[in-house]
Amino acid sequence: MASGIKDKVAILGMGCTRFGERWMDGPEELMVEAFQECIKDAGIEKNQIQAAWMGTCFDEIMVGKSAMSASMALRLPNISVTRVENFCASGTEAFRGAVYAVASGAVDIALAIGVEKLKDIGYGGLPEFSSAIGTTNSLWFPNLTAPGGFAMLATGYAAKYGVDIMDVKRAMAHISVKSHANGAKNPKAHLRKPVTEEQVMNSPMIAFPLGLFDCCGVSDGSACAIVTTPEIAKSLGKKDIVSVKALQLALSNGGEIAYQWDGAHFITTTKASKAAYEEAGIKNPREDISMMEVHDCFSVTELVTMEDLHISERGKAPKDIMDGFYDLDGKVPCQPDGGLKCFGHPIGASGLRMLYEMYNQLLGRAGDRQLKDPKFGLTHNLGGFPMMNVCSIAIVGKYN
Amino acid sequence: MVGITAYGGYVPRYRLSRMTIIQNMAWYFPVIMAVAGGEKAVANWDEDAISMAVAASYNCMAGKNRKALDGVFFASTSMPFTDRLNAGIIAAALNAPEEGSMHADFSSSLKAGTTAAIAALEAIESGKKSSILVAASDLRKAKMATMGEMFIGDGAAALLFGNEDVIAEFTGSYSMNYDFVDHYKGTGKDFDYAWEERWVRDEGYGKIIPMAIQSFLKKTGASIADFAKVVYPCYFSGTHREIAKRLGIDPSKVQDNLHNVCGDTGTSHPLLMLTAALEGAKPKDRILLAGFGQGCDVLSFEVTDEIAKFKPARSMTASLAAKVDMNNYQKYAKFKDLIVADLGIRGEANPNTSLTALWRKRKMVLGFVGNKCTKCGTPQFPSLPMCVKPECHEVGQFEDYEFADKPGTIQMFTGDMLSPSVDPPAVYGLVDFAGGGKAFLDFTDCDLNQVKVGMPVTMSFRRRSRDSVRGFTGYFWKAVPKVEG
Repeated sequence: MASGIKDKVAILGMGCTRFGERWMDGPEELMVEAFQECIKDAGIEKNQIQAAWMGTCFDEIMVGKSAMSASMALRLPNISVTRVENFCASGTEAFRGAVYAVASGAVDIALAIGVEKLKDIGYGGLPEFSSAIGTTNSLWFPNLTAPGGFAMLATGYAAKYGVDIMDVKRAMAHISVKSHANGAKNPKAHLRKPVTEEQVMNSPMIAFPLGLFDCCGVSDGSACAIVTTPEIAKSLGKKDIVSVKALQLALSNGGEIAYQWDGAHFITTTKASKAAYEEAGIKNPREDISMMEVHDCFSVTELVTMEDLHISERGKAPKDIMDGFYDLDGKVPCQPDGGLKCFGHPIGASGLRMLYEMYNQLLGRAGDRQLKDPKFGLTHNLGGFPMMNVCSIAIVGKYN
Repeated sequence: MVGITAYGGYVPRYRLSRMTIIQNMAWYFPVIMAVAGGEKAVANWDEDAISMAVAASYNCMAGKNRKALDGVFFASTSMPFTDRLNAGIIAAALNAPEEGSMHADFSSSLKAGTTAAIAALEAIESGKKSSILVAASDLRKAKMATMGEMFIGDGAAALLFGNEDVIAEFTGSYSMNYDFVDHYKGTGKDFDYAWEERWVRDEGYGKIIPMAIQSFLKKTGASIADFAKVVYPCYFSGTHREIAKRLGIDPSKVQDNLHNVCGDTGTSHPLLMLTAALEGAKPKDRILLAGFGQGCDVLSFEVTDEIAKFKPARSMTASLAAKVDMNNYQKYAKFKDLIVADLGIRGEANPNTSLTALWRKRKMVLGFVGNKCTKCGTPQFPSLPMCVKPECHEVGQFEDYEFADKPGTIQMFTGDMLSPSVDPPAVYGLVDFAGGGKAFLDFTDCDLNQVKVGMPVTMSFRRRSRDSVRGFTGYFWKAVPKVEG
């Protein structure tokens, strides 16, 4: 009988670059920057790393296929390095590879690194993906982009709960205002200016009803983690240990796009979060989760996710949001580091960047954003589109 | 009895007032002010001759058995493919039989529509075929500030010919052919090259149509007075009237040339005018039809009692009434690719189309055919090998299920300003079908501010991609929200 991942693996060290328009840095420079911080934090030598996983999404325009770029950039000692890609969950997938390798006992120390260099394409937004959806889908798929795909959720949500789309948009605006306020406190964040609700509401339309300030930053960056067993972490002199409590992944199987779905929630997140709480032994997430970094690629994604994570009741996320429940001083602060919205979203790095914030918060290193005595931190990635997606959930906490 | 068993016209939704052209372009060529009246039909940016022919064909095939078609004949001078059977794409969109059928393209002359009709009728008369659909459609480009720009409209028409349930019996034809080059379009050219209008008008339309009709009357012994409607194209409205006068036709029996309401639709025009005539026809009415272009085809029909039993899915009257004023010359010019506007780097991506994948998925993509699980009865799209219903997941136990004619409602949608589109925002969303199944589709023929969750939609076959580097056009189905009427 499987016993789950809880407390089998500890985070030995983490690193993360400043995210942003890093015009003069390529993916190699970004990876080295994150890695140097990480290995110093871990307090080990590079040759102690026995296996590595690398997460990137748009390999075609950035680093090419395979994990060669990471192995060469970091001059890794001819160990196994595996590239993983699972849309926006790619960074968390790299982490999962490293964590599972340690948990299996196959290796003692493993590295997970995520990187994305998005600002080499010459235009705003994510790279277009018409040639990356497969030959069959490219015969019939609508002319969609990421904001358009997610924007549909807002119309679906408003219709399901019989609320005015502008009321949903107002709650979405509060999400962005909160993330900008948090990002302003984060020296590594891409976007560091606070905004007002009116600014968000009146920003230029990108995909109805999402305006510019409903969309996350498109950034360059890298983040990484070195993981080992709690026992080895102790033997290396670590006192305050952060361990993995849950790691779950769920993918759509075509039900949303072709069968029964209300268009107002993520089936994957609903299932993956339930499994994660069981794995971590969390009974009441609304009470027990201390903080979260969720996949706010667009404000509406965060809104709906609050319900899918079983923290807000169905149909009640807008109220919790407007009540400040998810603000930095709220009951369950969401995006204390600014989120994808303001920290930025270099896709392959994002999952690890979220863990970086949770790790720093648990270790009391979060500076102006430090929360009081957090116990469990949850991270969430949502890749693809509402009607066909990949969801990853990780929960980390202090190792007792 | 052999003849017309069904008919359907298609006039695209946008109309461009000729005054709009004049306001924008008369500075360049004031002569266009001579034909200032009325408006012309303009296809949406995602339409072409094939997609409009499919729309007319679905209109025509309402309540008819598409599986019984022996062939689809397509007539056009603006076919998207020079070597790939254009009629075959229309047949696939109709989900018509692939085996035992014979489809053909008729091209290179504006009378190709009437020629295709004669070929279909004679094949049925021979007893070797029993049901042939003739679709004619043209989407022609005209240079800015030309008489061509003033006269040409976009549209399509389809006629189903057969030997059962005939609504208008075929009672004879006559053709004459001259290499009379009033205009031509060289291979690979975008635009017509036209000779002096006065000559085209007086020596072309004004002489050849009357000659052909007189020869037909002589051949058959009929009198022009026998006909309740005489249908012939001629975009010079004065000459159109003059021809009637010359032939002694009562003006009330001349079918309107549609110049004021949609412009001249080229190959489809005689057939489009005929669909309008049939809508107002009574049993025993005799109708004379002529097509013009390097000569003239003449056909005659006699309406039967069956006419009362047929209604196209959408009448010409309804098509003409359901119009949206384009009111934007620049938008028209962009839709017709007459001006260059930047799509941005995002719009540069142009992967080729996998022809092997298209072959495997041709029914799904062109015919909008999904699966219905024979075990649990769930309709589903796209077609995957395993049933989508969680309690079923049966492998490979499917029958074809057509979504093209199923009504749907909008479940969720957006209007996307980031997507590269010549008509931003790109509107798309998820559609729920009556009877089960969903599809994630582009929307068309709508403005974002009109679209609502729960709004009914119908399906429309549209151009999905145009690969100008390789000359390929891709098609799929889009949802049309019922925003009007």
